[in-house]
Amino acid sequence: MAELKDKISALCPQAQFDTEGEFLLVTVDDAQWHALAKALKEQLHFDFLTAVVGVDWKESLGCVYYITNTESQEIIHVKVATTDRENPRLHSVSDVWDVANYQEREVYDFYGIVFINHPDMRRFFLRNDWVGHPLRKDYDESEELNPLRLDDEMNEDYTCKWVEDENGEVKKVEGKVFEDDEYVINVGPQHPSTHGVMRYRVSLDGEMVKKVDVVSGYIHRGIEKLCEGLAYPSTLLYPERMDYMSAHMNRHCLCLCIEKAMGIEVPYRAELIRLMMDELMRLSSHLLSYGCLTMDQGATTAFFYGFRERELIYDIFDKTCGGRMSMSYNTIGGVVADVHEDFIKDVRHACDTIEKNLKEYHKLFTGNVIAVGRMKGVGILTKEQAASYAISGPSARAAGLSCDLRKKQPYSLYNEFDFDEVVREEGDSMARYMVRMDEMVESIKILRQACDKLEACEGNEYCAKVPKLIKLPAGHWYQQVEASRGAFGVYIESDGDPKPFQKPYRMHFQAPCFNLVGIVDLTCRDNMIADLITITASIDYVIPDIDR
Amino acid sequence: MFDFKVVADWLNELLNGLMPSWLATSIECVIVAVFLLAAYSLIAMAYIMYERWVCAWIQCRIGPRRVGPWGLLQVFADVLKILQKELITLWSTDKFLHKLAPYLVLIASMLTFACLPWGKGMQFIDFNIGVFFIIAVSSIGVLGILLAGWSSNSKYTLIGAMRSGAQMVSYELSCGLAVLTVVCLAGTMNVTELVEAQADGWFLFKGHVPAFIAFIIYIIAANAENNRGPFDLPEAEHELTAGYHTEYSGIHFGFFYLAEYLNLFIVSGIAALLFLGGWMPLHVPGLEGFNAVMDYIPSTLWFLGKAFFMTFIFMWIRWSFPRVRIDQMLALEWRYLMPIGLFNLVLMAVVVAFGWHF
Repeated sequence: MAELKDKISALCPQAQFDTEGEFLLVTVDDAQWHALAKALKEQLHFDFLTAVVGVDWKESLGCVYYITNTESQEIIHVKVATTDRENPRLHSVSDVWDVANYQEREVYDFYGIVFINHPDMRRFFLRNDWVGHPLRKDYDESEELNPLRLDDEMNEDYTCKWVEDENGEVKKVEGKVFEDDEYVINVGPQHPSTHGVMRYRVSLDGEMVKKVDVVSGYIHRGIEKLCEGLAYPSTLLYPERMDYMSAHMNRHCLCLCIEKAMGIEVPYRAELIRLMMDELMRLSSHLLSYGCLTMDQGATTAFFYGFRERELIYDIFDKTCGGRMSMSYNTIGGVVADVHEDFIKDVRHACDTIEKNLKEYHKLFTGNVIAVGRMKGVGILTKEQAASYAISGPSARAAGLSCDLRKKQPYSLYNEFDFDEVVREEGDSMARYMVRMDEMVESIKILRQACDKLEACEGNEYCAKVPKLIKLPAGHWYQQVEASRGAFGVYIESDGDPKPFQKPYRMHFQAPCFNLVGIVDLTCRDNMIADLITITASIDYVIPDIDR
Repeated sequence: MFDFKVVADWLNELLNGLMPSWLATSIECVIVAVFLLAAYSLIAMAYIMYERWVCAWIQCRIGPRRVGPWGLLQVFADVLKILQKELITLWSTDKFLHKLAPYLVLIASMLTFACLPWGKGMQFIDFNIGVFFIIAVSSIGVLGILLAGWSSNSKYTLIGAMRSGAQMVSYELSCGLAVLTVVCLAGTMNVTELVEAQADGWFLFKGHVPAFIAFIIYIIAANAENNRGPFDLPEAEHELTAGYHTEYSGIHFGFFYLAEYLNLFIVSGIAALLFLGGWMPLHVPGLEGFNAVMDYIPSTLWFLGKAFFMTFIFMWIRWSFPRVRIDQMLALEWRYLMPIGLFNLVLMAVVVAFGWHF
C-alpha cells in the first residue's frame, strides 16, 4: 500500500492519502482528478472502474471511485468532492473509463452532480420531469413536488452536455439523441425478449441496427434510498430482490460487508452452507440463461430442458430455506437455519442429473448449424472494451478478461476448493454462451467437494453470536462477490450513530447488470435486429438489477 | 379399393333426373363447398390439437388435458373464446386493407386445400394444370400477409411484412422447382394422373436420386413458405412481438392462425401427393398378399395418414431448431437451394430421358 501511495503521489503531488481502511484512499480536488484518472489508467494500469458511488457528506457532495488493477488485483478508491451544493460540478472520467458514462448519469440522477464534458448528461432512472435528486440529504420528499403522475413520459429526444473551454468556462450544449429522418423502433418496455421492463430505442436502417438508446428505470424502486431508512437487518431483504437469479450471492455479499465492518467471525459450517447455496444459485441462473438464450433464438424446446433441471435446484431451496425465489437465507453471522436433512443427498442428485443432461443440451443446441451461424462472430467484445466498460462475470471471461473474484479476490471459503476459471478468447455471443455452459461443470465440481466437506463437518453451528442491535462504527466498507452475472459490490458508509436502531448513512449496490447494459449499444451496432436479441440474451442481464 | 366416383356419379344422375342440369350443378357445388368448409375447419382444429400434443411431447410436457377427456375440448373452448373477442382497429390503420388481408390469406389456403387428392375419386378440383394451379393460388397468401403488415401502419408489422415478402417470394422458387422435378418425372400436371402414376411405387422411391433431393428441398422450402419452423421470421415473436399480425385481434387474428395450420396441412398434403403417392396405398412389387391387405385400408385414410406423418416431420423440425436470421435465410435460398434445385431439375430430365428411374 505504501509503495502504491508513493507512485500515486508522484503522479499527483496534491493528493492526500489515508492508509487506515481496507483499501488505499486517495482524496483529490476536482481540478486534478481528470489528469490523475488518466495517469492511473495509463501508467499504473488501473483499468477497471469497479464502482462509482455518489455520496452526500452534507458539507460536500461527491463521488467515491473504486478502481481495480486487473493485473495485480490491487484496489484503490479515490474521493472527489465539491462544496458547491447549488451547482455541483465534477469533471467526467467517461473518456478514461467508458463505464463512467452510465455510472455518472446515475450519480447525476440521484445527486444532481453535473459532470463536465460528459457526452450525454440525462437522467437514467427517474422521469425527466422529476423534481430534485432523491439521495441528497436535503431532498424534499413532499408529494406536492413529485405527485403520482398519470400522464405519459415524453420521449427524451434531447440531450445536453456541459463543455469546458480553454478558459475554464462551462457551457451547456444541447444535442439530439436521434435525427429526424431516422427509423426508430421501440424494443420494449413490453417486449418478449427484453426479459423484463426494459426499453431500447433502436434506430434501424432496414434490418441493421444503427444506434441503441437505453431507456431504463421502469422498475426502479429506489432500493438505495429505502435502505437509508432501515436498520441493517432489514436492509438484507433488498439485495436478493435486485438480481433474483443471484439472490443468495447478493445477500451473502451484504452480510459479508456488515460482518467485515463489525468484525464478526462466521462459523465454518455456516460459510460452507452459504457457499453451496451460492453455487446452486449460479447453476440455476446459468440454466435459465441457457433457456432464455435458446428461446430468444426460437428454439423453444431447449428452454424447457433448462427449466426441467432448475426445478431440482428450486426444490432444494424450498426444503432448506422455505422459499423458491427470494430465499432470505443468509443472515448477519451465518444462515437463518441449518440445512434440511436431505440436503446433501438432494445436491448430489441434482449434480448428477445436471451433469448428465448438459450433454443433451449440447446435442440439441450447441452444435446446431443455425445456432452456430447466429452466435459465432456476432456481438464481439474485446478484452480492452470489457475492462473499459467494467464488464465482469461470464461476459467478460468470454472476452478473455480473467476476472473471477472467486479466484482473484477469494472470499468465503473459495480458496479451499479445486476448480478452474473458465476463460475464452473470442468475445462473441458463442463464447459467452460456452463460458456459462462450462461454468456449470465447474460449479458442479465445487458442489461435490462441498458436499464431502459438509458431511465431514462436525457440529451444527450455523450462525455466530451476533449482538441484538447491529451497530457499525463510523467508516466505509466495500465488499464484492462473484454473482451469477459478474461482480456484485456493496458499499456501506456508516456515521457511527449511537442510536439503538442504527441506519446506514449511505448504502450503494454495484450491480453487474448495470454495467452489462452499457455494452448493448457497442455490441449491437451494425448488426441485425435479430442479433440485437441474441446479443442481449447472451449478455444475460436481469432488469431489476439494472434499475434497483 | 372403394372408388368414391361411384357415389359422385350416383348423386349426379339422381339430381339430374329430378331437376334441370343448371340447378343440379349448383346444388352439387353447394354440397361440395359445405363438405370442404367442414373439412377445413375440422382439420384446422385437429391440427391445433395435434401440434399441442406433439409439441408437449417433444418438450417433456403433458400438454392440455383439463378441458374434456385428454383436453379434446380445449380447442373448441379456444375457438369460442376467439369468436367473442372484439375486433380492434387502430386509428392509424388503413381500415379497408386491414380487414381485407386476413380473408386473402384464408382464400389462398382454401383454394389450395380444394386441390388435394382426398381419396380415390374424391378430387374436387381436377383439371390438366392441377399442380400449376396449386402453385399459383398458394402465392395469393403472400399478398394478404404483405397487406396485413402494410395496412397496420406499425413499424413492427412493416418489418414483418417486408421479411415475409422477401421470404415467400424467394422460397416459392425452390418449392416450384421441386414440384417441377416431380412433374418432369410423371409427365403430367393433373393431380389424379399424378396419383395414378404412383400405383406401382411412390415417386420418392421411383425417382432415383433426383426425387430424393427434390423431397429434401421441398421440405425446407415448404417450411419457409409456411413461415414455420426455423423460418418463422415474419412473425418472430422474440424480435417483432408478433410480426405482421401484431395489430390484429379477435377472429381476424384467428384467420391468420387458422390459415397457418391449414397451410401446414396443405404442404404436407402436397408432399404426400408428389412424393408419397397421394391416396395410393403402399405397394411393394412382388408381394401380392401384402398389397392386397394394403388395399383394404380406405384411400382417404391413406392420404390423411401420409399428411399427418409429413406434418409430424415439420413439427419436429420446428420444435428442434432455432430461428435463422434474414440474411442467412436469403443466402440459403439463393446460394444453395435454388442452384441445387435447378441442377436437380436438369438431372431429373436426364434420368427420365435415359429411363434410369425405377
